[in-house]
Amino acid sequence: MLSIKNIKAEIDGKEILKGISLEIKEGEVHAIMGPNGSGKSTLAAVLAGRDYARITEGTITFNGGNLLDMSPEERSKEGIFLGFQYPIEIPGVSMVNFMKTAVNEHRKHKGLEPLSASDFLKMMREKKELVEIDSKLANRSVNEGFSGGEKKKNEIFQMAMLEPKLAILDETDSGLDIDALRIVANGVNKLKRPDNSSLIITHYQRLLDYIVPDIVHVLYDGRIVKTAGKELAFELEEKGYDWIKKEVEKNEPSWK
Amino acid sequence: MFIIKGKGLIIEATMAKEQDNIINEVTSGDYKYGFFSDIDTEKIQKGLNEDVVRLISSKKNEPQWLLEFRLKAYRHWLTMKMPAWAHLKIPEIKYQDIIYYAAPKQRAVLNSIDDIDPELKRTFDKLGIPLEEQKHLSGVAVDAVMDSVSVKTTFKETLAEMGIIFCSFSEAVQEYPDLVKRYMGSVVPYTDNFFATLNSAVFSDGSFCYIPKGVRCPMELSTYFRINSANTGQFERTLLVADEESYVSYLEGCTAPQRDENQLHAAIVEIIAEKNAEVKYSTVQNWYPGDKEGKGGIFNFVTKRGMCKGNNSKISWTQIETGSAITWKYPSCILRGDNSTGEFYSVAVTNNHQQADTGTKMIHIGKNTKSTIVSKGISAGMGQNSYRGLVKVLKNATGARNYSQCDSLLLGDKCGAHTFPYLEVDNSSAIIEHEATTSKIGEDQIFYCNQRGISTEDAIGLIVNGYAKEVINKLPMEFAVEAQKLLQISLEGSVG
Repeated sequence: MLSIKNIKAEIDGKEILKGISLEIKEGEVHAIMGPNGSGKSTLAAVLAGRDYARITEGTITFNGGNLLDMSPEERSKEGIFLGFQYPIEIPGVSMVNFMKTAVNEHRKHKGLEPLSASDFLKMMREKKELVEIDSKLANRSVNEGFSGGEKKKNEIFQMAMLEPKLAILDETDSGLDIDALRIVANGVNKLKRPDNSSLIITHYQRLLDYIVPDIVHVLYDGRIVKTAGKELAFELEEKGYDWIKKEVEKNEPSWK
Repeated sequence: MFIIKGKGLIIEATMAKEQDNIINEVTSGDYKYGFFSDIDTEKIQKGLNEDVVRLISSKKNEPQWLLEFRLKAYRHWLTMKMPAWAHLKIPEIKYQDIIYYAAPKQRAVLNSIDDIDPELKRTFDKLGIPLEEQKHLSGVAVDAVMDSVSVKTTFKETLAEMGIIFCSFSEAVQEYPDLVKRYMGSVVPYTDNFFATLNSAVFSDGSFCYIPKGVRCPMELSTYFRINSANTGQFERTLLVADEESYVSYLEGCTAPQRDENQLHAAIVEIIAEKNAEVKYSTVQNWYPGDKEGKGGIFNFVTKRGMCKGNNSKISWTQIETGSAITWKYPSCILRGDNSTGEFYSVAVTNNHQQADTGTKMIHIGKNTKSTIVSKGISAGMGQNSYRGLVKVLKNATGARNYSQCDSLLLGDKCGAHTFPYLEVDNSSAIIEHEATTSKIGEDQIFYCNQRGISTEDAIGLIVNGYAKEVINKLPMEFAVEAQKLLQISLEGSVG
């Protein structure tokens, strides 16, 4: 589904991603862990098409297409969803209006007619129940005045509405209490299908108690330094990131 | 409770769909109404002097008192200077190069729609204002004004059955001289200001409306102004009288052909609301704004004022200002009756080289009078947008209340937003609130929309319409959709 080959990217002239390669197949859940500043969010930005990250090398193919040739909205319509670490507030734009515009853009892309108002509202209702979000949220302006937890739940709700092929969740767990964490994780699990995939970016292991990954990658200093099964997450939790840092520096002392 | 909420949602969703359609429809940011119609037009010589004033008056077969009113205004105008206090750069206007009267030629008496020049009919069809009543939006009566004269007023008979008078100003002068004489100039005197005084001397036509005591006007009344001829000025006058316990909602729309030279539009609107009467006056102003380099466009120098004459009366102004090269306009309320209410809701857009200095005056005279001001400026390109508002509370206006909110939204970094609030309070019981914000559309907001599949143009449309929603919601439904569309078009290509 997604194939990242030797991606290098810089922000303001500083190289952040130093050659990342990653394969995600249909139905797989991948987790990317790593200490602060390792390049996790930059990887998410590169996948979503944020223009502040300049790609200097490498290729990304998504379902056979060249992802780097696509605009952010095309990527969205092709099925890439980014759950934002810090969801953006858009005052005055209601969630209903926002989601209706988004859903209908996706439908148009697939050659489908726009949804009628009643079908759309029915869909909203169903998805709201699925991800257990307060129905009042949907009547408010996009993320305006939402608490941190509400914003994250709202991201999962939008994901449910857009049914992406690849969901990238960028530190969705940060700032969540345990109940919100459970709701968010349940939402993700319910939306899991054999033909879609997820890329969970997280600093902590605790989200992975609820969303069990197939593969865990450790990102450090712009490179994936370790890839293993879900047990890697526990090992990291136990030993901390210093363990990885030491291991990396032992193997390649030239880094420092 | 729940049902009401659900209904609200559907309306909003329908609006969203409308918005989609609108966005799909719009493919270029060009001014849609810039065409010129080749209509046989009667014009007088350019320039202004007493003979011209007399000629206009005689062409309209006016009574002596009206000619005298015009002449007094003209003589006063000669002593006046163009106001220079606005935050505007106005090129020199050569008043002797303007043609003060132009009228599409048509047969003297219009017995039916078939008597109207087909080209004229086509023009209004093209503008989306069909003059045939059966084709028209249900529930809207229209007075169509081309250049200097009123072309056709629809639904006149239906309204007449309820005693409502809705006709061209010229017709009112002939048919209802007492009403016109009584109210004309009572809110905007002929000495009021440079442009109002000019208008008082040379006004050619406009709309007149009278709602009798106790009548709720069952349909929207609307005047559609169109400038067609070159080198002419448009000086129309609207007089709207709501007698005791009556209600009317009134809408005006404006367009003009695309031309390289500037054209002057100096209108007057006067509203009188008697005891317990309510008037809602909405404007969707889309005069030609000039091209991207700032060449051409209409100078829109308009005096609009309403008098809440009776107790418990209410006047509400809503304006969507997207057109004109320069706008100078302050729809105001004189709150004379006790417990009377004035409202001003405005969205003003300036893109490219457009300039606007607009706002309102709320004059609290009666006791417990209330006013609300919500002004939303949107600046893009090199546009300059100023809010200028006066809240004045006189000595005897015990218990006066005002709430003002002035927001500015900037798109890009070459435009400007300015706020000039004036407060004059002579009664210590008054409560005045003023809030102001300035914001920019953030790249983050646009990217967030992009990531959900919404293009940048559409994202700007969503955000701008969200920002202006509070004002747009005050418009009648059909016009709210029109206004959303206009905002989108006006800002097309404004964010790179």
